Amino acid sequence: MSQERLYLYPIWLRFWHLVNAILCFILIVTGIILTINYLIFFIGNLFTFNGKQYQIEYRGLSSRLMKQARYYAFGIFTGENPPFPISKENKFNPLQRFSYVFIMYLFIPVVFITGFALLYPNTIPTIVLGTSGLHLTDLFHIISGFVISIFMVVHIYFCTIGKNPGANFKSIMNGYHEPL
Amino acid sequence: MMREIYIRPSWLVIVLILLTVILFAFDFSSEPLQYEDARNANQAAPEEAITVDLTQFTNAEENQKCFQCHGQSKYSYENTEQGRMVNERMYNELIISPNDFYISNHRTFKCTDCHSEEYESFPHAGYLRMEYKYTCLDCHEGDENYAHFYFEEIDAEFMASVHSEKHSDDFTCWMCHDPHIYKINARTNENIRETIIYDNTICLDCHSDYRRFQLLTERQRPNLIQSHDWLPNQELHIASVRCIECHTEKQTDSALVEHKVLPKELAVKNCKECHSSNPELLASLYKYEAQEVRSKNGFFRGITTSDSVVIGASRNQTLNIISLVLFAGVVLGIAFHTTLRILKK
Repeated sequence: MSQERLYLYPIWLRFWHLVNAILCFILIVTGIILTINYLIFFIGNLFTFNGKQYQIEYRGLSSRLMKQARYYAFGIFTGENPPFPISKENKFNPLQRFSYVFIMYLFIPVVFITGFALLYPNTIPTIVLGTSGLHLTDLFHIISGFVISIFMVVHIYFCTIGKNPGANFKSIMNGYHEPL
Repeated sequence: MMREIYIRPSWLVIVLILLTVILFAFDFSSEPLQYEDARNANQAAPEEAITVDLTQFTNAEENQKCFQCHGQSKYSYENTEQGRMVNERMYNELIISPNDFYISNHRTFKCTDCHSEEYESFPHAGYLRMEYKYTCLDCHEGDENYAHFYFEEIDAEFMASVHSEKHSDDFTCWMCHDPHIYKINARTNENIRETIIYDNTICLDCHSDYRRFQLLTERQRPNLIQSHDWLPNQELHIASVRCIECHTEKQTDSALVEHKVLPKELAVKNCKECHSSNPELLASLYKYEAQEVRSKNGFFRGITTSDSVVIGASRNQTLNIISLVLFAGVVLGIAFHTTLRILKK
């Protein structure tokens, strides 16, 4: 018995569907690559001098953070010098160090741990602390993802603050910092 | 010189991973539902002791005459020809668990309300097996007390379903809803998982039991695990949604459970139907819950507070608004800062 062929998928729908599929696929693949890439960072920081840059000195932390924030809010417009000049031992200012540690050692790991859990949902405990484990995992995943995207926008903007707006972008390509 | 105190951030990651491992170790017991296991979930165990308090039932004494044989897997009677007591096995299909009956919707009925009073004599007369068996509409049609169950619409949906179209009149309501043990579930049970098992058991009773399946068709019973091979995370899907979510046509807002079972070619096969912002599941599995809380807490609260989360469908409005505001704030802040930097150069 032959049935009439049904035209169910107009061209715009097929296009949208294909793009959607490709993007979802990219999200999954990039998530996996992000995890592997993180290992490079983690191991690198564990065994090289670079790890020192991510150690936060607890004493006087808040005053240093405030000092840097004040610079970005006011000093930068009046031509003040940055309060924490960049050196080989101190390549991050206090705000940078603080935010980098939270992103790289908290939010990124949360994203890939919850991401892999969502990729294999039957590994997620059904009930955690009286509420759905899947729901919690989902929430942690999107909140962390959101924080990371906000960080990315802010990070790229702050990179324009340098000798000239393009200087820091050049630095991360060739490895050399241009002094102010 | 004072010793500097450093926090080593690598520890954060190690603690995080440890926490995850501990969480996972906590609950690994939730075994996914298997097709074949589900079939046995509702089957009455023979010879079980009656646990229901029978004193509250005025029909209990009368019904006990029937249950003394039909409530268990064996019965005994006096063979007057041979002048001795005889033990016989009761056919599985004729066993009704009193425990299940007295918690079912029809628990206040006497057996003889529906069956001939002539059954009171033993051995039962042969012609009694030809007696007419009432269906739902015989009692519930046009009854205002039952209007909110929409029996007439359910019947119309059923008549248009493959169950009715492909099979003879032998396929009645009772094929799925045994009147002796049927109890309303979707609107009374707060545990969605139990409702899922309950409803799927109804389907699997025939679709995973070759003997029952064969009663109505000559076809080979299809292998459900193979025919659902395309479904990612098959086990999780089976444990988390009901067969009817994909295999029925979503109709109006009235009847709670859809009864128009579609031919398998028309079953939902598109992930997006559930995993999107306006999922089919809201119209079926979470229908009652959604109807109940929609007025009070807004449309999506029902799904976010339930113990089931559908990836891609569960939405949290508050979180959406917070993230939008934060994002807009960041963009505006950067724009403002950039403008000042250019002006003050």
